[in-house]
Formats: sequence, structure tokens, C-alpha cells
Amino acid sequence: MEALDLARWQFGITTVYHFIFVPLTIGLTPLVAIMQTAWYRTGNERWLRLTKFFGKLMLINFAIGVATGIVQEFQFGMNWSEYSRFVGDVFGAPLAMEALAAFFVESTFLGLWIFGWDKLPKKIHLACIWAVAVATNLSAYFILAANSWMQHPVGAVFNAETGRAEMVDIVAVLTNSTLLAAFPHTIAAAFLTAGTFVAGIAAWWMVRLVRSGDTETARNVYRPAVVLGVVTMLVSGVGVAISGDVQGKLMFEQQPMKMAAAEGLCATEDGAAFSILAIGDLRNDCDGVVHLLEIPGMTSWLANADFASTVTGVEDLQAQYEEQFGEGVDYVPNLAVTYWSFRLMIGLGAGSAALALVALWLTRKGRVSDNPWLGRLALVAIPMPFLASSFGWIFTEMGRQPWVVHPNPDPSGVDGVWMLTARGVSSAVGPGTVIGSMVAFTLLYGILAVVWFRLMRRFAIEGVADTEADPSPDARGDGPDGHDGRDGPADSPDRPLSFAY
Amino acid sequence: MDLPLIWFLLIAVLWTGYLVLEGFDFGVGMLLPVLGRKDKDRRVLINTIGPVWDGNEVWLLTAGGATFAAFPEWYATMFSGFYIPLLLILLALIVRVVAFEWRGKINDDGWRAWADRAIVFGSTVPAILWGVAFANLVRGVHLDADHQYVGTFWDLLSPYALLGGATTFLLFLTHGAVFIALKTDGDIRHKAGRLATRLAVLTLVVAGGWALWTQVAYSVTWTWVPTLVAAVALARLVALTRQEREGRAFVASAVTIVAAVVLIFGSMFPDVMPALDPANSLTIRNASSTDYTLTIMTWVAVILTPVVLLYQGWTYWVFRKRISTAQIPEHTGLVFERR
Repeated sequence: MEALDLARWQFGITTVYHFIFVPLTIGLTPLVAIMQTAWYRTGNERWLRLTKFFGKLMLINFAIGVATGIVQEFQFGMNWSEYSRFVGDVFGAPLAMEALAAFFVESTFLGLWIFGWDKLPKKIHLACIWAVAVATNLSAYFILAANSWMQHPVGAVFNAETGRAEMVDIVAVLTNSTLLAAFPHTIAAAFLTAGTFVAGIAAWWMVRLVRSGDTETARNVYRPAVVLGVVTMLVSGVGVAISGDVQGKLMFEQQPMKMAAAEGLCATEDGAAFSILAIGDLRNDCDGVVHLLEIPGMTSWLANADFASTVTGVEDLQAQYEEQFGEGVDYVPNLAVTYWSFRLMIGLGAGSAALALVALWLTRKGRVSDNPWLGRLALVAIPMPFLASSFGWIFTEMGRQPWVVHPNPDPSGVDGVWMLTARGVSSAVGPGTVIGSMVAFTLLYGILAVVWFRLMRRFAIEGVADTEADPSPDARGDGPDGHDGRDGPADSPDRPLSFAY
Repeated sequence: MDLPLIWFLLIAVLWTGYLVLEGFDFGVGMLLPVLGRKDKDRRVLINTIGPVWDGNEVWLLTAGGATFAAFPEWYATMFSGFYIPLLLILLALIVRVVAFEWRGKINDDGWRAWADRAIVFGSTVPAILWGVAFANLVRGVHLDADHQYVGTFWDLLSPYALLGGATTFLLFLTHGAVFIALKTDGDIRHKAGRLATRLAVLTLVVAGGWALWTQVAYSVTWTWVPTLVAAVALARLVALTRQEREGRAFVASAVTIVAAVVLIFGSMFPDVMPALDPANSLTIRNASSTDYTLTIMTWVAVILTPVVLLYQGWTYWVFRKRISTAQIPEHTGLVFERR
């Protein structure tokens, strides 16, 4: 393999791996903040127990998300230095803004939250987790601004003298139509992931406790968590669907090739059908594609909100691109990957939301369920949105190939700002170096994934702890006398830290 | 306003923030087996940096992102040219992050032993390699006319660069020891103080040697000032730790690191990545972004950096108390075997 293929594999592996943990972080941190807010406002101990329980799971996950995130920022320069030279003037800005505006807040206030349990007044401690929650979402905004610019460059011009894209309008970059569609979609998917995670674990525990006779804890502690998770799932599920539809329609305009490939649509059609199942060789040869199950007119509707509209096929697009950008390049992304990742994204996301309806039915009107199937389905549901997110990214990134910066098709848009992936790779780095680093990352990531899974599983199985031993027993607010716990006897020098590594 | 110059200074500031802050948590990590013979001592050490190490590390991400935005050519050439050292740094930082966060999660001696190894490895490798990398930036590297790095990995390991690695290694060890003396109480405090004194003397010799080499071979006249400041600060540090005035001693070791960064960036100026053939050097002019991008980024940095300093400073205030083994609770980790 050449350095290019290896660098692409490395980017794919490290990015998909990083994005296993990121959606959970983005969605779970606000959910933990909501649980802690519920405790702060009601003084009900169950919310404290849930905050600490899901807080631990959040922290285990946060660590690996942070660790793998550093790689992301560095590897643009390491493996894709020609890309970095070409886009740095535009692309670097949102990355730097993310670090300054969001990541500093996240890491600093997370430290304050972890260690500040009885060092900070309750209100400020609560504000810390909210700061982390808002900042993780803000992080996503800036990172998606950078990614959306690669999908659909705006606010820049091509400078022939320097041979690079140069920014002329930061506001355009930060309000890119692609970004405004991708951000809600990604955030909604993250909340779907976290909602499923919370509901899944809590439902499994609820069933388990009811069956072992402890209906009390099941009803008092886990059922509220199930409801919180399920409601999050349903709201975010609707959000994913709506934002996904908006994004899809935008993609038919901005990257018609990606969408045609996603449908395995070879020839241009009026009233194109949506294919549910296709067989045959999807390896960039249209002749081998056989659609088995189709919804008539659906693709046309997805593209233009009109069941009879015309959707351009892969072959015509290839001809169009050759005319515009030169012959000798295959402008069609890998059909099989694009086709299947699109379907898996939608199917797994929808499956997860469907399970939410089942769980909501079984817990209606204060009920707790002892249905063993609910317990099993709850566990099956947990990985679904994780996988859906991964396939979503594979679809987005693979469907853009062979471009690393996809040309903006809008005639009034930017001109000359595009780059083929093959041109973006580091010319100074040989294949041996890339393969070495790819093996190193893959091995380390493999080990860490196993440890992460075992830790998450172990802590999930442990369940919520009693908070009787908790060092801050006055449950409500700042306490009756406004005492904030910072300098009273509670913080005497020989008292153990409430949280320590 | 000369924006590339402003950004050269701002990136120097970001690296200063990174090396001063993460410098001491690297030091604490490296001293784990030295000052923490018993597990409880080790937990005291880890908890001195517990609330802050993650925030310290973001200075690196910011320096990286700012370099990408302000000097894309520098970012591209440096990160692809220093591929292997950066790869090692990344692997080290990854295991370090998860080791800190996961160490206490499982109550098992074997588990903790692995976490400790990861922390020591993860702190030592970057502590050495950042010095190697910066020494290469001072010395100059093989760049061709397209500003591409054309040297090999072994070219990066010249005696001068290795001495640079030894310099940062010892600087961070000293800085970490002083920090431990400042943040702990009891036995560890005194042991750390004594160790810091000895380390400072050794650092004065090694770092002094590297700084003199830099001055004579690669630098300019005015950088004698930071060189001398660093030497004086290190000497003061020895006296201050002897008197157990750890707060001032910590300021002294921080001043040493600041002075070292000033020396490094002062020697590079006006290049950001000097080539062995000066015609091919990346300078603050030919490596920078457009004025438009730099203007936007300047506003962002000018508004946000003070805010960051404010809340990070507040964190250090909240957790200002010394800790000792008395405050370390029993392990709250779970065991894997149960159930």
C-alpha cells in the first residue's frame, strides 16, 4: 500500500474510534447535569445517587475521548501536511477557537467538578458540570465548522500566488449552511446515544430489581432514570430524523454524487425510488447493482420534497465532473461503503428510537416492569446509536471521496477551492512511517477499547451506591443557614478528600 | 500592527503556558516511583495535580491549533517532519490520560502498578522529546526549497538536541519536585524539598551547558538576558527550597522555564523553522496566514486568553490547600471479580 492509502486508513481508524466516545460525552454530560440539577432543586437523594452513578461512567468515557482527541488535531499536520498547507488559513481558525473557547472550559471545570464535591458551594459546583456540558457541545460546533468547510467550502478564495485557500469571511465559515444542518444532526444523535445509554442501563437494573423483589429501589431510583433516558431518546430521535432530512436535501445540492452513491442510483431518474435492499457488485460498477426492495419516489422526495422530481445518477455526475474538473479521475465514491453505511446509520438510529417507545409503554403511569425481554432489549439497544453514529461518519467522509475539500457547486460560491484527497497527503512521510504509526495506534486503541468496555460494564453492573456515606448529607441547596461547606468543620485539614484518584 | 510578529509572540506565550503548567505535572508523574514508595504516598502525589493536569494539557492543544491557524506552513512542515517524535509523544499522552483517570477505578495492586507505569512512561517521554524538538528548532533542520523536511529521524538526534532533551527532562523533574514540596505536607514535603535542591544543582549544570551552547552557536546577544535570568532563578531555587519557602521556589522554577522559552523563541526569531540552508527557512513572514485570519484570531485570543487565565487561576485557588496521606481516603475502586 502507498502512504496515501495508509494515511487514509489511519485517519479512518483514529476518527471512528474517537467518535465512539464523543457522542456519549456530548450527550451524557448534560444528562448528568440535569440529574444533579434535579437533586439540587428537589433535594431528593435518588438524583444524587444517579448523578454519582452516571457521573462515574461519564468520567471513564471522558478520559478516553480526551486522550484520542489529541491525535486528531496533530495528524492533520503529520499525515496530511499538504492539505494543511492548502487550508490552514481557513481550517485552523475553528480548531484554535475550539481549544480556546471550549476545550479549556471543559477540562478545567471538569477538574473542578470531580474534586469540588464538598470544596465548592453547591450552586457553583452545579454550575461547573453545566459549564462542561455547554462546552462539550460548543466543541462539537467548532469541530463541525471545520469539517463542514471541507464538505462545502465557503467564506474563502483561492489565491493562485500562494496556491492556497484563504479566508475572507469568518462569519460565512461559522454559519455555513452545511454546518447549520450538521450540528443539530450530530448533537441530536449524541443525545440519542446518551439517552439510550441511560435508559438502557436503568431499564436493565429496573427489571433486575423488580424480579429480585426490590421494587422499592426500582421504582424510586431507576424508573426516573429510565424515563429521563427514554424522553431524551424520543425527543432527540425526532431531532435526528428532521435534521437528517434537512441535511440530506442539502447534500443533494452540495454533493449530489454522495447521495446518488448512497442510493446506488446509476442512471438519472424521475421519481427515483429509495432502495431498502440491493445486491450485486457495488464496486463502482453500476451494471451489477440489483435493487430488491424499493419505496417508489422516496429518493426524489428525500432530495427535493417532490416524489416525481429528477435525481441525477452517478454516471451523469461522473461525466459532469470530468468536464468540470478534468478527466482521468474516478469521481465516484466506493458505492458499497456509501450505500450500506447510509442504510445502517438510518436503520440503527431508528431501531434505537423504536425501543424507546416500547420502554415508555412499559413504564407508563408510574409502573415498573419485570418483563425479562425489556431487560434484554435495553442492553441490545445501547450499542445501536453508537454504531449509527460511526456509520454516519463513515458515510459522510467516504461519500465525499475522492475529494478532501469538496468543490462548492454554487456558481455564486467560492471558486477554485477544492482538493483531491490524493493531493493532501504528506509528501515528506514515507509509507513505512505511516504503517508503523498505524499499527501502534491500532494496537493501543484495541487494548484501550477492551479496558474501557470492561470498566464501563463493571461500573454499570455495580449500580447506584448508597449515599449514606456521602460527605455532603445536607441535600438541599446551600443549607438552611447559607453555609457553603467551604470553611466550616466539614473542611478541616485532616478530613479525607471527598474525591481522590 | 505587525500581525505575524504578534502571533509569533502569542505562540511563544502558549508554549510558555504549556511548559510551565504541564511541566510540573510531568515532573510529578516522573517522580511517582521516586517519592511514592507506598501506594498512599503515590496517591498523594497524583492528587496534588488531580484537578489541574487536564486543563494544563489543553495549553498544548491550543498551541497546536494556534500554530495551524496562524502559521499553517510551520504546522505542516513541523508536524510531518517531526513525525516519529510526535507519534511517541501522542502515544505517551494517551496512556497518561487514561492512567490518571482509570487508576483509582479498580481496587487491585496489579491494576495500579500498570497505571503507575503508564503515568511514568507518559510523563517521561514527552518531557524529554519536547526538549529534543525545540532544540532542533533552534539548531535548524534539513528543509528543501519547498519547505519540506528532507532529513531523517536520526538527524533529529544530534548531541545538541539530546542535551536539549536532557535539559527539559531535568527542568520538569525539578519543577515537579518543587511543586510537590509546595502542595504536600509531612514526610513527602521534606523529601521532595531535599530532592528539588539536588535536582536544581544538576539542572543548573546540564541546562546551563545547553544554554551556553545555544548562546554561542545559535543565538543573539540579547538572549544572554533570559539565559542569565534562568541561571539566577535556578540558584535562588536551591536557596529557597533549603529554607522551605516553597511558594517562592515554585515561582523560581517557573521563571526558569519562562526564560528557557524566551531563549528558544529568541534564538529562532525571525524564523519559525530555520533550515540548515538559511534560504529555505520558514520565517514568520513566509509561514503565516493572511492578515484577515490573523486579525480574527488576534481578537479571539485577546478576549479569551485572560478569561482562561482567570478561571484556571481560580482552580488553583480552590485547591490551594496542602494535602498529605491523612486526607487520602480508602480506595473506592471496584474489583473486577465481584459478581
